[in-house]
Amino acid sequence: MTQAATAATIPGRSRDGIARRLAADLGDGFVVNLGVGIPLLIPQYIPPDVEVILHAENGVLGMGPLAGPGDEDPDLTDAGKQPITLIAGAAIVDSALSFAVVRGGHLDVTVLGALQVSGRGDLANWFVPGQNPAVGGAMDLVAGARQVWVAMEHVDRAGRPKIVRQCTFPLTGRQVVTRVYTDLGVFHNVDGELRLTECAPGIAPEVIRERTGAPYVEALG
Amino acid sequence: MIDKFRADPMAALAPIPSGASVAVGGFGSSGRPDTLLDVLCELDRRDLHMIVNNVGGDFTGIGRLLVEGRLRRVTASFPVLPEFYDEYFAGRVEFELIPQGTLAERLRAGGAGIPAFYTPSGAGTMLSDGTFPLGYSAAGEVAERIPAKEHREFGGREHVLEYGIVADFALVKAYQGDRKGNLRFRLSARNFNPLAAMSGRYTFAEVEHLVGTGDLQPDDIHLPGVFVDEVLLKSELSPRQPSIAGQPS
Repeated sequence: MTQAATAATIPGRSRDGIARRLAADLGDGFVVNLGVGIPLLIPQYIPPDVEVILHAENGVLGMGPLAGPGDEDPDLTDAGKQPITLIAGAAIVDSALSFAVVRGGHLDVTVLGALQVSGRGDLANWFVPGQNPAVGGAMDLVAGARQVWVAMEHVDRAGRPKIVRQCTFPLTGRQVVTRVYTDLGVFHNVDGELRLTECAPGIAPEVIRERTGAPYVEALG
Repeated sequence: MIDKFRADPMAALAPIPSGASVAVGGFGSSGRPDTLLDVLCELDRRDLHMIVNNVGGDFTGIGRLLVEGRLRRVTASFPVLPEFYDEYFAGRVEFELIPQGTLAERLRAGGAGIPAFYTPSGAGTMLSDGTFPLGYSAAGEVAERIPAKEHREFGGREHVLEYGIVADFALVKAYQGDRKGNLRFRLSARNFNPLAAMSGRYTFAEVEHLVGTGDLQPDDIHLPGVFVDEVLLKSELSPRQPSIAGQPS
């Protein structure tokens, strides 16, 4: 919906396509926290030979799929308050221990949506001034996870770049983003240097260059 | 003889005065002490400071205290209820917004005798740089901001100083409890409950099931009764709709 105009002119990856591409990079045994938006599409695309432990901020390690109709348990929800199931071997902890997992570096990856990402890895994703402020666990996740991967559309609804020289929205964390997966390509942030590592199928590097607001180096292939 | 069970919740919670700070467990409606919050509503206390992750999804419990103008301040990470923001922007309630993990750790620390700690969460953001509005005037101007937090570098990274929270009272919910106050939670309804209980100078626990002393095995007790002052039974009188699903945390 949001990118209908863009999608019509640039045949990049769909939202599911972004999720599928990112899921291919998750390692066997990773402990992963998924934010709302595109990240929630990821579980269905995790390769069958890869086992991932999904963490939810409210104290769940080993989330399974959403609970089906009739199977909902009000005592078992994810961080979005949706009724969930558990995998065999799941564990429940309190909120302090849940965030000890987060801040203590025990999360391999958190995957989040973003309003903006800066070239040096600053992330803005929690607050649009003028709207109602709420932060949840976003600032803990970006401060603590070993890697912060952003999954988002490359440009906003108005067609403006979301990868920018400097974020104009309030920051969630400074120099925290390590990878960005968009409909047009994949970027890695290595020691503060943003690198375009691949273009989505059918997307030329110049198309990405025109739609990216921060400097980066091409490290394709 | 220790017997922390109380049959009359109105009498039990009556000592909570207007102006009190109250830490509350729960994540959305999961693990929320609805019976105790209903009783607090009936007590007609004012000027309350609630420390809680979410401000409900409807006009019961904390949502009711809010719309009845009985809250002075809310310390939370994700209020949810849209009317909370109406009250906040109109200058009728203060809002101390803190990261969710910081809320959990501040409650834990307060209950554990740790007056303050450094955390990387929120460093270099408007939740730590002194710009976030704590409260507005009736005219809609920013009246006060959350003070800038002390920053200190450890291992080359910025951290912020956060203070432990010792609340005057705590209201929590557990699945099982005994007359010594030992509690056992169920699944993700545990969430903030043990931490809110630790934070309270005086802690009330609402339980679904009162079990016999000794029925909870020592290894299976999630929170020992030393953190709990009174145990009350959950009432089935006012069942709640689950809070709005699909909201981020």
